[in-house]
Amino acid sequence: MSAEPLHDITLTINGVPHPMQVPARRLLSDAIRHDAKLTGTHVGCEHGVCGACTVLVDGVAARSCLMLAVTAEGAAITTTEGCLRPDGSLGAVQQAFRDCHALQCGFCTPGFITTITAYLDDNPDPSEAEAREAIGGNLCRCTGYQNIVAAVLRAAEIRREEQD
Amino acid sequence: MKPAAFAYSRPVTVDEALRLLAAGDAKVLAGGQSLVPILSMRLASPASVVDINHVAGLDAIEVDGAGVRIGALTRHRALEQDQRAFAANPLLRRTLECVAHPTIRNRGTTVGSLVHADPSAEMPAVLALLGGEIEVVSEAVGRRTIAACDFVVGPMESTTRPDELAVSAWFPHPPPRSGSSWREVSRRHGDYAVAGVGAIVTLGDGDTVASARLAFISVAVVPVCVDVSEALAGQAARSLDVSAVAEFVSAAIDPEPDIHATAEYRAHLARVLAGRALCAAAADAVERSAA
Repeated sequence: MSAEPLHDITLTINGVPHPMQVPARRLLSDAIRHDAKLTGTHVGCEHGVCGACTVLVDGVAARSCLMLAVTAEGAAITTTEGCLRPDGSLGAVQQAFRDCHALQCGFCTPGFITTITAYLDDNPDPSEAEAREAIGGNLCRCTGYQNIVAAVLRAAEIRREEQD
Repeated sequence: MKPAAFAYSRPVTVDEALRLLAAGDAKVLAGGQSLVPILSMRLASPASVVDINHVAGLDAIEVDGAGVRIGALTRHRALEQDQRAFAANPLLRRTLECVAHPTIRNRGTTVGSLVHADPSAEMPAVLALLGGEIEVVSEAVGRRTIAACDFVVGPMESTTRPDELAVSAWFPHPPPRSGSSWREVSRRHGDYAVAGVGAIVTLGDGDTVASARLAFISVAVVPVCVDVSEALAGQAARSLDVSAVAEFVSAAIDPEPDIHATAEYRAHLARVLAGRALCAAAADAVERSAA
């Protein structure tokens, strides 16, 4: 049996180019974790149900377990590490999660951070019902979601305060 | 949960994609929101995957007086947010809001969902309800158009040939003086519907019903269209009595039980949702006709 062909690709993750050699079947989630060594992105169900692996592809939320790494070449990928501020301190959504105690075990958190970051770009002033709908595609088994909904609203508040 | 090995190609023209598909045992990758999990679970292990995401000109949304035409790379989210498509045919957005979650709609394509032909998918039923068409191309057969009613023939089975690429879908507008609605029940918003139905009600003279049509999901192995004009014709659209609709619905559907619902419960949901969808579509028809 001949060796599986590898593709030379460069993924741009959080603004940094990551050259890598991957087989076509490498999922984007695995490329981010194992090839780019950015382990902030978590892999839960690996079939698009749990939302833990959500990243931003050209600013738009997408499940990284439902994309092939080779397809993502040329796109700007943002992970939870990319949601930090330039000085390395917590971004607005991350700070809101700390403020509101919106995580317990933390496994699902990276997917929430990216999803909510993109959502607030589109809708900077959500109602509580909209906040609930915004996180409808992400599963959390610890918190019961109440504090995550509160964190969406708190993150919107932090972002507004910073704009003033 | 990792895909088996496959050869990967990334064509930039439709012709190049067709040549790759003609080689056999190939799957088309567009949004990948159904294909990638199928590959990961090894429900399919094709020899090659043809990634059409870099083919130019397949992501258009064209709205004219007759209908809405979308390309193979039009994401659900783009169609959902398109103002011209919404103004011309609000059923598209109303239904797309029930298709999975926003994150999935960001990547998933509507044409891909049509070709995937899941019996619980909303858009094949909407295409059938509106009497739409799908345009497919291959090297062997050339270009052909398939009517929605001939398109889905079984669960996950459409009449596209393995070497064909679905390049566009056309959703005709409902007739003048029509209203539409979508209703479904799922365990959680965005999950697969336990049962769902779309309705189009068209008014005749005054505000009375001239015709009414339904399309169901998750209650048979394919989308089920039912003409219920006979049960409603001549009634005042503002105060519909939908009791006669139930027997038309029961005769048309063939639900199966699974972990989420018994066949009886699915049939019950189909009848109840049909009534609600028809009342909502009738009210929408009155409102749109007055506007």
